[in-house]
Amino acid sequence: MSEPRRDGVIDARGRRCPLPIIDLARAFGAVPVGATIALWADDPAAGPDVAAWCRLRDQELVSTRTLPDGGEEFVIRRRS
Amino acid sequence: MPAYLDHASTTPLHPVARQALLVALDEGWADPARLYREGRHARRLLDAARETVAGVLGARPDEISFTASGATAATLALLGTAAARRRAGDAVMVSAVEHSSVLHAARHHEQAGGRVVEVGVDRLGRVDPAAFTPVPGTAVASLQHANHEVGTLQPVAEVAERLHNAGVPLHTDAAVTVGHIPVDLGALGADLLTASAHKYGGPAGVGILVVRTGTRWRDPRPGAGPDAAAGGFPDVPSVVAAAAALAARATEIAEEAPRLAGHVAELRRRLPSLIDDVELLGDPAVAPTVGHISAFSCLYVEGEALLDGLDRAGIAVSSGSSCTSDVLTPSHVLVAMGALTHGNLRVSFGRDSTQADLDALLDVLPGVVRSVRASLGAPHLGA
Repeated sequence: MSEPRRDGVIDARGRRCPLPIIDLARAFGAVPVGATIALWADDPAAGPDVAAWCRLRDQELVSTRTLPDGGEEFVIRRRS
Repeated sequence: MPAYLDHASTTPLHPVARQALLVALDEGWADPARLYREGRHARRLLDAARETVAGVLGARPDEISFTASGATAATLALLGTAAARRRAGDAVMVSAVEHSSVLHAARHHEQAGGRVVEVGVDRLGRVDPAAFTPVPGTAVASLQHANHEVGTLQPVAEVAERLHNAGVPLHTDAAVTVGHIPVDLGALGADLLTASAHKYGGPAGVGILVVRTGTRWRDPRPGAGPDAAAGGFPDVPSVVAAAAALAARATEIAEEAPRLAGHVAELRRRLPSLIDDVELLGDPAVAPTVGHISAFSCLYVEGEALLDGLDRAGIAVSSGSSCTSDVLTPSHVLVAMGALTHGNLRVSFGRDSTQADLDALLDVLPGVVRSVRASLGAPHLGA
């Protein structure tokens, strides 16, 4: 399985929810349809809130993984 | 205008309970375990309270015990059944959206070497009865009657039947429903039921524990036995008041329910037009809910800032968002539902709630959300 293409990374580690979600939403405006963006966050609410944001905005949460140096990475693709 | 809209946390003492409490403070002060006149008098008051509660809940008086809180009752229900049925197995099943007292009891059971099976919920917070099929070696299962954060009712009767087919008893935490909707143990089919008096207008410090006849249960506290009350000296006056409040509630909820459900319906109807990006949680149109609780989450808003803003306007509600608790983790209920965990509010109505309370909330909330979003730099973030 190939690594999803990443067009950018937002490092929101150290920021408390909802700030990482706001960072994601702000950066998402520049993501073209079909492209992805990665969000790094370590707030415990980030996982559920990224998933909920994708559902509410009808965007695709492509993958989630734990980062080697702390926090999690969420890769999100713009569907529309 | 101030408005108290956190009745699901606790609600003011019912006038009937206040009256009963004052009388019982004078008449029920003695030790009900003593055989002299004063003790017998306290005992009679306690027995009458037990009969009243049993009558309302469709149980037998000897199936009712009073504890120091609803959380204590739930802990005793779960751990007492797990202990008494140790030979049947070491697994405890719980839904993922139980009250923390049930989840803490389950964790305690796990730390003592037992197994815990957690059953997930759907987007509305409901368990699927089929998912509550007991694993081999299940000692006891616990499923709330309704959820404390979103109000969704659980399919308790269906789950009870499924469990009983496998010989497994069910505990239901009915703290959200007792005194708010009709609760009948026969119809529910649960083997153990717990509730909390201060949630329906009784005093704080009284939990109700119902253990149906024939259920294998033993009080897990040190010193407990057939002739020993491990709970210590009972607060007879508060128990009397708790029973009086429950009896009063049983006569008034039928009339009150449509009024409170109307407030909830109006709240849910108006919110999406008043606030952008608000997600209503649960759905009374799809999954039955209790009529007095509703929850929602606002995107790009901190729950704590919402509570602060509303409190400045004299409006009291509660939140399941992580920043509103002393731990950083968000509400396990919201996580299990896959709901947005930030910007969360729970609004809950009570017997003295009015249209003016709802209007006060809806007047103030949109401005509070706007100002919190502006302060976070997220005024207009479309997709």
